[in-house]
Amino acid sequence: MPDLSINFAGIKSPNPFWLASAPPTNSGYQVMKAFDAGWGGAVWKTLGVPVVNVSSRYGGVNYRDKRLIGFNNIELISDRPLADNLREIEEVKKRFPNHAVIASLMVQSRQEWHDIVRDVQNAGSDGIELNFGCPHGMCERGMGSAVGQEPEVLRTIVEWVMEVARIPVIVKLTPNISDITEPARAARAGGADAISLINTIQSIVGVDLDRFAPYPIVDGQGSNGGYCGPAVKPIALNMVKNCAQDPDVRLPISGIGGIENWRDAAEHILLGASSVQVCTAAMHFGFGIIREMTAGLEQYMTEKGFNTIYDFVGKALPNVRHWEDLNLKYKVTASINEDKCIGCQLCYTACEDGAHQAIRLQEGTRTPAIIEENCVGCNLCSLVCPVEECITMERRDDGTQHLTWKERTEANDIPVTFNDERAGGLHHWVPEPSAALGKERHKTLPGKARALGSPEDAVAKTASDVVS
Amino acid sequence: MAEYPTPTTEQEFAANFAQIKPLMSNTEALYESSRCLFCFDAPCIKACPSGIDIPQFIRQINSGNTTGAAKTIYEANYFGNACGKVCPTEVLCEGACVYNLNEQKPIEIGRLQSHATRKVIDSGKQLFAPGAANGRKVAVIGAGPAGISAACELRALGYEVDVFEARAQPSGLTLYGVAPYKITNAETLAEMDYLQMQFGYRVHYNQRIGSREELAALEEAYDAIFLGIGLGATNALLLPGEERQNCVGAVEFIEQLRIGHEQVQVGRKVVVLGGGNTAMDAASESARMGAQDVVLAYRRGKDEMGAYEFEYDLAKAVGVKGLFNVAPVEIVGNGKVEGVRFIRTATVDGQVQVVPGSEFVEPCDMVIKATGQAKQTHFLHLIPGLQLDGKGRIVADARTGQTTNPKYFASGDALNGGAEVVNAAAEAKQTARGIHAFLSGN
Ligand SMILES: Cc1cc2nc3c(=O)[nH]c(=O)nc-3n(C[C@H](O)[C@H](O)[C@H](O)COP(=O)(O)OP(=O)(O)OC[C@H]3O[C@@H](n4cnc5c(N)ncnc54)[C@H](O)[C@@H]3O)c2cc1C
Ligand SMILES: Cc1cc2nc3c(=O)[nH]c(=O)nc-3n(C[C@H](O)[C@H](O)[C@H](O)COP(=O)(O)O)c2cc1C
Ligand code: SF4
Ligand code: SF4
Ligand code: SF4
Repeated sequence: MPDLSINFAGIKSPNPFWLASAPPTNSGYQVMKAFDAGWGGAVWKTLGVPVVNVSSRYGGVNYRDKRLIGFNNIELISDRPLADNLREIEEVKKRFPNHAVIASLMVQSRQEWHDIVRDVQNAGSDGIELNFGCPHGMCERGMGSAVGQEPEVLRTIVEWVMEVARIPVIVKLTPNISDITEPARAARAGGADAISLINTIQSIVGVDLDRFAPYPIVDGQGSNGGYCGPAVKPIALNMVKNCAQDPDVRLPISGIGGIENWRDAAEHILLGASSVQVCTAAMHFGFGIIREMTAGLEQYMTEKGFNTIYDFVGKALPNVRHWEDLNLKYKVTASINEDKCIGCQLCYTACEDGAHQAIRLQEGTRTPAIIEENCVGCNLCSLVCPVEECITMERRDDGTQHLTWKERTEANDIPVTFNDERAGGLHHWVPEPSAALGKERHKTLPGKARALGSPEDAVAKTASDVVS
Repeated sequence: MAEYPTPTTEQEFAANFAQIKPLMSNTEALYESSRCLFCFDAPCIKACPSGIDIPQFIRQINSGNTTGAAKTIYEANYFGNACGKVCPTEVLCEGACVYNLNEQKPIEIGRLQSHATRKVIDSGKQLFAPGAANGRKVAVIGAGPAGISAACELRALGYEVDVFEARAQPSGLTLYGVAPYKITNAETLAEMDYLQMQFGYRVHYNQRIGSREELAALEEAYDAIFLGIGLGATNALLLPGEERQNCVGAVEFIEQLRIGHEQVQVGRKVVVLGGGNTAMDAASESARMGAQDVVLAYRRGKDEMGAYEFEYDLAKAVGVKGLFNVAPVEIVGNGKVEGVRFIRTATVDGQVQVVPGSEFVEPCDMVIKATGQAKQTHFLHLIPGLQLDGKGRIVADARTGQTTNPKYFASGDALNGGAEVVNAAAEAKQTARGIHAFLSGN
């Protein structure tokens, strides 16, 4: 049985799954319930001077029939008095001494930082997370992402905190910045023990087409909010990777953003996170998702022969390279498994209209065929194909050659003028522009026109053309 | 058997004839439309006789534009709502859906289609309007799927249209023939009202055109005449005892059922003669009306029945029993039906031959003859120069629907010999354009 426990910058936890600082960690009641369900730790809903929230706080992004693939909120930090929170932290720690309780904090002055850090330490917190991320409401008051976006200010505040902190300090970073490693380095310079990322991304999740206002709507109006949920995972993964690869950061990373199952967690860990935090998924499905997360991670570790989390923290990092280091001699092309193909022709239209005209239709069958000479190996067709393993990308080079852009640059063998002979697409077949005109028009015409005969006489004479 | 108690109220009737393609809720439509792949050159479109742009309307439902979806549907097929419910989708659009090839459930195209059109019908939104009047007039005989579709398209093209209908209500066999578990009367008529409200053609009910004089008057008053008269009564069996009480034709029985609902009486044991879709319908309907036993008797083997497999499955599911390789020789009884004398048959070289000495009587108290509908040849012979083919079907130009009397055009069952609502609707739309081309000289 693999060991899921972690020691994150000195914070011990029975597993790497923590609830992120957010509504699920609003109260001792919720945190106890989560621990009871199997969560390893919880970052308490950010404490500070209690706020006043608006009513109507969340907006969602649905994709087709899938709800909340993206989620945003215009909520602020905790609206409950500090004393109540401290009392509950103490109670939780008494009942769950081996679980991680991390207090998330956001205040303004040095004195406030000192006071609140002492308070949460006395309450028995295992660690502190500095919320430099909230992208709405708090930043306008000089807190949250207003701090996270200014490495110098961030560093100063971390220093203030370190003056009194006796427990590990995590700095939570905002993604609303062009280079995430800058605040990460500032956190290190200030003496922080770890970083966590990402907080929410500034966003408008949608506009009401009848009320002409952004979601969530508060009395006819809205504001930009913070974006999270499955849609932000790719952005989070990249930022986690950037921090993990930066030689000047070298801090434990708590990965956050779009984690909803063991797979998402494993990806964060493979890119350098050694604990993970979850918010949206717990808000959507409740604490019960933890069972699938731990079971999945355990299964994965067993299959890979990993005994502890640390056996695979950052394991994918050596394979994340700069583009210029990738092998230009590597060549794949698409291959269609005719027995699996169901004839939707999505691959055909995708490659025809959106890629390289490397798929053709065939007489007598709806299964398209790859024109291998034209296939650049972009993967598009295999991504759109609805049938599992129907289009596979097959390796075509013999694996003996290796040449990177960097090497070509060094060897002065790269295109440098506008019409350079060395252009990658120069010897690639491209159809004449005019060959597009009328091609397959009968297939993309409205069905009625198609059904009623040749395209020419179907175009303008239909009654509905007359009336609409 | 007796799975269904005899209905005595409208509610009980509705329960026995619960819709097999019930209306979808918005959520169900969202989920189902989400599954559609938006195939290129989609096979479902090609399998639809009216060529509805299926991926387009499904995408419109999915993006919250149900009105646009309904418009896409109606642009191709004026019976869009009825077709979604009554089409044999298993052998048309849904049968062609690529998901079948992956052994996954095909998209429920029919139900999505009815969902979108029903929404727009309920809302009463105006999607279409008559075209600018062109001063010409067309008479339409028959307010079935063919006649009404032609009327809509002709109005859109600017014609004045008068529809002459023998019955009291529009939609032809959609109302008087299709099984009640496929579509309700209210649904059928709501679509008819919706179409008439938008296109504004006139319908003259209870006006059977039946004489040369009436036809001559139409020829005089109108620039063209559209024949959407469908088929006629059930073919006679020409067997002794056929006149006995409780020996009825299937279309006549079904017509009564659609109008009378729970007031219609069926026997305790019903024998249905025939192996086509109408036979399956009549058998299912008898069972749902509370008949204790329903026997479906067919001259050949089970696999040779003309009915779609899913139609036979529907009948089997309500307890109908098959009696194959038998030919009726006499309806026995004393005033009333008491049974059918059959003789067993064998198929030799594709020919049905009787097995001598194998006669037996299957007792019953009702016989439904589902032996096909006769053509309206008597009426059609009143039209000068109108040619019929060997099977009594009107001969017409395949693209324009123009008959051998240039003033007359035809579509639907009268032309194709009996198909589906969707065929009649699609053909009539095309024929309306044929009329337009003829009258506007291009
Ligand atoms: C029992 C049964 C079940 C069916 N089930 C289905 C089904 O589930 N799905 C499906 O798609 N199709 C079904 N069909 C077929 C479908 O109903 C027909 O193909 C379709 O209705 C044909 O349309 P039409 O307009 O050509 O003819 P009809 O629907 O027959 O309409 C003809 C109209 O013309 C009128 N008329 C006839 N002669 C005259 C005259 N001389 N003067 C004035 N009016 C006249 C009639 O009263 C009628 O209203 C079924 C048919 C039957 C018989
Ligand atoms: C409603 C809501 C409130 C949040 N409040 C806080 C907060 O008080 N402090 C904080 O550090 N992060 C806060 N966050 C950000 C989350 O902790 C987390 O960083 C972010 O949601 C990304 O993780 P996810 O994709 O799992 O949701 C909040 C998020 C949400 C949705
Ligand atoms: S990999 Fe790209 S270029 Fe090759 S066939 Fe597929 S879509 Fe076309
Ligand atoms: S996308 Fe896949 S299933 Fe569809 S036609 Fe192409 S190979 Fe076949
Ligand atoms: S075949 Fe099926 S999946 Fe493809 S467009 Fe038609 S309904 Fe959608």
